[in-house]
Amino acid sequence: MAQSLDRLKESPSQTAGPYVHIGLTPNFCDIGGVYESDLGSTMVNDQTKGERIELRVRVLDGTGTPLKDALIEIWQADAAGLYNSPAELRGTADPSFLGWGRQPTDMETGICLFRTIKPGRVPFRDRRLMAPHITLWIVARGINIGLNTRLYFSDEEKANAEDPILARIEHRARVPTLIAERQGDAYVFDVHLQGEKETVFFDS
Amino acid sequence: MPEPGSNRTPETGAFFQRDRQWHPPAFTPGYKSSVLRSPQKALVAFDNTLSELTGPVFGHAMLGELDNDLIHNFAKPGESAIGERIIVHGRVLDERGRGVPGVLLEFWQANSGGRYRHKKDGYLAPLDPNFGGCGRTITAEDGGYAFRTVRPGPYPWPNGPNDWRPAHIHFSLFGHGFAQRLITQMYFEGDPLIWRCPIVGGISNRAAIEALIAALDMQSTIPMDALAYKFDIVLRGRRSTLFENRPEGN
Ligand SMILES: [Fe+2]
Repeated sequence: MAQSLDRLKESPSQTAGPYVHIGLTPNFCDIGGVYESDLGSTMVNDQTKGERIELRVRVLDGTGTPLKDALIEIWQADAAGLYNSPAELRGTADPSFLGWGRQPTDMETGICLFRTIKPGRVPFRDRRLMAPHITLWIVARGINIGLNTRLYFSDEEKANAEDPILARIEHRARVPTLIAERQGDAYVFDVHLQGEKETVFFDS
Repeated sequence: MPEPGSNRTPETGAFFQRDRQWHPPAFTPGYKSSVLRSPQKALVAFDNTLSELTGPVFGHAMLGELDNDLIHNFAKPGESAIGERIIVHGRVLDERGRGVPGVLLEFWQANSGGRYRHKKDGYLAPLDPNFGGCGRTITAEDGGYAFRTVRPGPYPWPNGPNDWRPAHIHFSLFGHGFAQRLITQMYFEGDPLIWRCPIVGGISNRAAIEALIAALDMQSTIPMDALAYKFDIVLRGRRSTLFENRPEGN
């Protein structure tokens, strides 16, 4: 017998269930007066640097129907490509931009709306630059463990072409599942949980 | 950048790989909602980049006085929620066994009759006018946390013809890196419904299920006031960076 590595196991995930709003966006589901506002509902203020954009995200099930009880969180760099995080050692991010947002999908339309800024480019592990991207984490009833994916931008063709994460996707036909289409000032992004257009989800 | 006033060196190592056999898989047909909501293709794996290693900081200043007291945070002045009064406490640890400070913990639950304050919940058990069902806290320097609530009731749900959820509290955990993000549920020691639940049953390893069952903790009860349950939660650990990112020859 060798010595024990003395490691613990991560607590197993369980679904967020149909009532995730009670815990994470109580004001959205009419539980008022407990928290002043829902955490992560506002990402940008007058001082925030960068190009204002809107993300319209939907999550579609295996029949192509948008989920109306999902919750999405996003995490992104500021306009200069810096994360507002203690683990960011390259500099200080825009103090007027946390870079984290949380929104429920609309109970009628299934659209999840984020008002944010376009992120700058962040270096990969080997210092090559990744294309501008936003990290998504998706939970809902029926999702046993939160799904991780990335949103890239359709008007960043050159950067996307040299992005080291997009380059890892063996089935090249699936790369477009990670690219949001620009429509005016908004980017539209459909996440397909299943089927021919199934979005690439990451394990990282 | 490190938090002002903090003498901790921020940790920047990549997180341990997730053990996907330990977690429930995406597709667990006994839990019917997972059937059309589970990705079917293989996940694309890569080692953490800055986008996964980093995460926002939530300061204790954002917390209200009653945020960790579900018995009172929705109740009318002088009133309190109905049900078995309990304290839930424990530590948030990483896989290396170290307490994780500054973790944002958010929890939500049904009331003592098993009813959620949500327009989609039509269970016939009544709402408690003094119970909202949400709370939050941030872990202390040693990873410790505590909150006060009432024990939630079990409830029936549309899945099989007669499925009941064991009493449970939903937990959301926000650690230091976005890759640590986790949602789980806490169950109560001795509840016979745990082993009949299709959502719990998505976890194949018995020890993994037991890791989600809080133990009755008589030493932490408040006599004549509240019982206590202890629930430790483990987030992904970070690899040591001692010999990483050093160019060869340096
Ligand atoms: Fe529940």
